[in-house]
Amino acid sequence: MGLIEIRWHGRGGQGVVTASELFAEASMLEGNYIQAFPEFGPERMGAPIKAFTRISEAPITIHSHVYTPDIVVVLDPTLLGQVNVTEGLSDDGIILVNYSKDLESLKKILKFKGKVYALDATKLALEKIGRPVANTSCAGALVKITGLVGIDNFLAATVEKFKEKLPEKAVLANKEAIMAAYNGVEQ
Amino acid sequence: MAKPMAISGNFAAAYSTKQINPHIVAAYPITPQTLMMEKFSEYVANGEVDTELICVESEHSAMSACIGAAAAGGRVITSTAANGLALMFEVVYIAASLRLPMTMCVMNRALSGPINIHCDHSDAMGVRDSGWIQVFNENAQEVYDTMFQACRIGEHKDIKLPVMVNFDGFITSHKVERVDVLDDDVVQDYIGKFEPMYPLLDVDNPLTYGPLDLFDYYFEHKRQQVDAMQKALPIIEKEMKAYGKVSGREYGIMESYHLDDADYVIICMSSTAGTTKFVVDRMRAQGKKVGLLKLRLFRPFPAKQIAEQLAGVKRIAVLDRSESFGAFGGPLFTEVRNALYDVNDKPGITGYVYGLGGRDISADQIEGVFNKLISAPDKMIGDIQYLGVRGD
Repeated sequence: MGLIEIRWHGRGGQGVVTASELFAEASMLEGNYIQAFPEFGPERMGAPIKAFTRISEAPITIHSHVYTPDIVVVLDPTLLGQVNVTEGLSDDGIILVNYSKDLESLKKILKFKGKVYALDATKLALEKIGRPVANTSCAGALVKITGLVGIDNFLAATVEKFKEKLPEKAVLANKEAIMAAYNGVEQ
Repeated sequence: MAKPMAISGNFAAAYSTKQINPHIVAAYPITPQTLMMEKFSEYVANGEVDTELICVESEHSAMSACIGAAAAGGRVITSTAANGLALMFEVVYIAASLRLPMTMCVMNRALSGPINIHCDHSDAMGVRDSGWIQVFNENAQEVYDTMFQACRIGEHKDIKLPVMVNFDGFITSHKVERVDVLDDDVVQDYIGKFEPMYPLLDVDNPLTYGPLDLFDYYFEHKRQQVDAMQKALPIIEKEMKAYGKVSGREYGIMESYHLDDADYVIICMSSTAGTTKFVVDRMRAQGKKVGLLKLRLFRPFPAKQIAEQLAGVKRIAVLDRSESFGAFGGPLFTEVRNALYDVNDKPGITGYVYGLGGRDISADQIEGVFNKLISAPDKMIGDIQYLGVRGD
């Protein structure tokens, strides 16, 4: 695996940074080198924010912003039309959007020629976690779509990340949401 | 062997401080340094270290507390950034002139004004003449490793000087990266037991720190500081090498990257050196003879070693992440150009100032610098240039 760059879009408070770190931490469990970082602007609840993940088998030397991501994940569908989510994404790239309507309507909005995936992650999060936090579900779907990380390692990283911050029940709920997204995302 | 950790530069600095387990840490919070001290105070609260953490009311007080603790005979660590370092200015000089070993992390950040919390090197450059040893680090791994080297270097009996461990604010301080860590006992074996030289608390041998020192002896004491800095250079080289045997990660005072047969070379420090490596790889794949000289040690400045490394190179660009208003070039440019004065067949040299206040520097911009070096028509390649600024 060469250098892979992922850009995460969402709003402040939706766990965008956590998703970027989680994916990186899971990849590190497989022996890879990683970076995870937010765009360091003002951080306000509800404001559009970006975070980035880089993973590579070799040590990662580049420290600039991510300008041409290989993969984009949009955690909040209300950003569509507000933020240019496909900026810098080449036609052989991938975009995954937390989106409740049909894939064709999403493709029309994005006008993107590469691979487009939709997952109603908010609905899934409400069912499994009881809160509309789509970050873990979207990351779980990305595991399936890209095959960049094994699902076992992703679940292990999730437990490791949340075990001290969340009650055990919430950790389990997140694992369930991840598995549902992993199995449910339309290929 | 301990498992690798996914941690930020600030976390790496806190974790290495925990493993050092210093006697005293005194600090005052300032962005982007705060998360290091937050994490470290957790270790203190959990009883994971024996350190006495002194929460002070300003950076001036933080450094003053560190000076007192180091003079008393303690191993001491602190950290700050930007305006915090500026507020410390007076006592930063005193720590060095009293020859007190201690380590200070500086998460490099732009100085006000206008107020800005993001990365540049103007804070550290403001104290480059203070008598501290200054190391600049590329990434979180390097920060982690340099913290241990800083103990060995500063506390060395022939050096006895404070060491500043610099890394890029936000870019390195807040970015999560893979960091391979050492076991606690390996760290303790490497840094060794701290042996203070003239501790104030040795009441059987009373002495005075910081007396009035006028035209009768001040100059001699300054001359001794000069000697200490000069003697430090080979010892630092040795210590950084020795760390390679302990960790498997060897560092020099500088790092040459594809320099052996390079015609066109960029010299820079910290995270930008990493991005430059990325660009060198990309351009080497196209057969272009480009290379990087990453400088880790800025004080003492290794002028001779730099001149040796750059012999035979056609053209050089020096990238400064700080401005020295009214000077001919940034601090790194003026030092490098000075170092090359006595070299036969001097390379052409040009200086860039970039990235002030956290302005990103991209791989494409660095490639542009190399391409300009390659196509430059003559040896002297003009005025100082400003990379990535509007209106230039």
